[in-house]
Amino acid sequence: MTDTSATTPTLEVSQLEDEVRSRIEVDDSSRLVVSVFWASSLFWLTVATFAGLISSIKLHSPGFLGGIEWLTFGRIRPVHWDVAIYGFGGTAASGTLLWLQARLCQVRLPFPKLLLAAGIVFNLGIAAGTVAILMGHSTGIEALEFPVYVMPLLVLPYVAIVVANFTMYVRKRSSHTYVSQWYLMAVTVWFPILVIAAEACTNFGAVDGVAQAIANWWYGHNVVGLFATPTGIAAAYYLIPKVIGKPIHSYHLSLLGFWSNAIFYNWAGTHHLTGGPLPAWTITVGVVGSMMMFIPVITIGINHHMTMLGNFHLLRTSPTLRFAVMGSMMYTVSSFQGSLEALRSHQEITHFTHYTIGHVHLGMYGFFAPLMFAMMYYAMPRLMRQEWSSARLIKIHFWCTLVGTFLYGYAMCTAGVKEGLMMKDASIPFLKIVGMTIPYLWLRTFAGLILFTGTVAFLINFGRMLARHRVKFADATLFTSQRSWGLMMAQDRALRTADGEPGT
Amino acid sequence: MNRTILLALGITLTIAASVTGLVIIPNWQFQGLKPVVKSTGLQYPEQWFGEAHSGRGIYINQGCIYCHTQQVREKNYGGDIRRGWGTRRSVPRDYIFDRPHQLGTMRTGPDLASIGARQPSTDWHALHLYDPQITSPGSVMPRFNYLFRELTDSDVNRLPANAIKLPDNYARGNIRFIVPNERGTQLITYLKRLNQSFPLPEAQQ
Repeated sequence: MTDTSATTPTLEVSQLEDEVRSRIEVDDSSRLVVSVFWASSLFWLTVATFAGLISSIKLHSPGFLGGIEWLTFGRIRPVHWDVAIYGFGGTAASGTLLWLQARLCQVRLPFPKLLLAAGIVFNLGIAAGTVAILMGHSTGIEALEFPVYVMPLLVLPYVAIVVANFTMYVRKRSSHTYVSQWYLMAVTVWFPILVIAAEACTNFGAVDGVAQAIANWWYGHNVVGLFATPTGIAAAYYLIPKVIGKPIHSYHLSLLGFWSNAIFYNWAGTHHLTGGPLPAWTITVGVVGSMMMFIPVITIGINHHMTMLGNFHLLRTSPTLRFAVMGSMMYTVSSFQGSLEALRSHQEITHFTHYTIGHVHLGMYGFFAPLMFAMMYYAMPRLMRQEWSSARLIKIHFWCTLVGTFLYGYAMCTAGVKEGLMMKDASIPFLKIVGMTIPYLWLRTFAGLILFTGTVAFLINFGRMLARHRVKFADATLFTSQRSWGLMMAQDRALRTADGEPGT
Repeated sequence: MNRTILLALGITLTIAASVTGLVIIPNWQFQGLKPVVKSTGLQYPEQWFGEAHSGRGIYINQGCIYCHTQQVREKNYGGDIRRGWGTRRSVPRDYIFDRPHQLGTMRTGPDLASIGARQPSTDWHALHLYDPQITSPGSVMPRFNYLFRELTDSDVNRLPANAIKLPDNYARGNIRFIVPNERGTQLITYLKRLNQSFPLPEAQQ
């Protein structure tokens, strides 16, 4: 493992041509598979956001779509979560994994037909799981609601992805292993083990009662920590240096960040059960694990920040960079919040309240999703050999994502703290607390609408990209005003010569 | 290439450690837990069976867990006991027959670990499930009207024994009475059975 920037500034012309030709060859091999995975992810993101909106409205206006069994809150709410994490997260992360690994290994994507079939079957699995929950077939285990009979449709495709990932790694032409690859390799080992162990303990009933709850939250926390987080970090480590044309600040910090994350994150899950009927040691382990998470979070944060230093002005022009930097910064913010949240004194107030929901969204929609969007904004023009058709739609998407996420986090976290403090005071009737949350729940619905608007903007841009497949290169779609257009184009040309690739 | 081996080893060991620590070991610790025999000769906790067992299934498939917990925290840690959600904290033994567990993580509504002790009345549960606004005005809980049969004034002469009269000031069309259907009855039986009042010795410490 040696440190290397994603770009190589001093290349001979012939070398550069070879390099570009090899990238085009790699992208040609992954075009269909990766764009199917990412198109699916946007479809599921739309479904998930829509289900989230319905759930949100139901919580301040319970009569909305009331009395309809398959749309009751207790069904549409798990649909929201499962479609978001597996439908959107699963396909976005798998597309990212396949494209990044092919690029970093400099090899063609292996088994394209198998992977295409895997993508299709995985989508069927998500659809089947969603229908099953709406019909009342949920397992009742939070984060693992999809019934057992749907699991083969999700597990088998993932096996194909894991195999493809290892095949590329074995065949890799580059001599080094880039930091993003450590994370990607880790995900494909961790995620299957997580799923197998958690499913065995819960839905296959290897254990009962409280032991099941511990396995459940060990999983529930790790599906974020060992699946979404490493994929997001891998994307950030790739995109930031790529766009600004400068190597990662420190190899040693990358190393420390990776291993401390690997060691500590997977012990943190039991803080979801603080105060619950568990032996004290299990909670203590979770709290310690959560506190130790400050090490990777600070390390990775510093590493990304130092890499960006001196290049923040590029945020004005590059869509990819804006989303990537938003994601990286929110990684630090939401992880700090998460670690503090694990403390017993903090949990006494915020546990069991909307605060947790706010935190989850700051992490998933503030950190993970923007990094996946950044990945798509960067890679899709290369895969399709065509630029994004509208900078304005990207702008709408970005600002909706940023404003929507913050508004959501503000509404839920504030409501949660007030809720927790009032709940501690037994003289306040419970229904008064419910009443207190109503305005915040309306605000959350409003935030959800903003996020939904952003998703639709992205969907339109993405759809146009797919529809006009193989239109010749146009200039990179950047955020820019008429006045600075000339300067921008000059910068872009300079970047392109160094990189041999279009901008965005 | 030996660095690749190091990477693979590290990745595997980190997850193996937490599987052992948080999945395998807790299971060993709880494996021996048995119910205790009460002075009445009955045991606590009881296995879920019959109507209550089916009712537990309804609780799960209606997704009650997304708004209700079934765990009481210790005295002076949060307001759980002061709010009367339980007389003692919950302990692992309370859950030995729970599969899948329904501890929950969210309290949009109150804790239900001992709802059976707090609300022993079938009528209360029926009215509350049929339309929460009847018993708890301002609640954001959805209606579970599909767990009930609705009767009007014209049915008044052939009312089943378990028909429950809606309050006079509550008007929804011409419906005057409700009767829990099979699933409704099962769910109410389950909710009434939720009771952690038995003073387990380990919960007193």
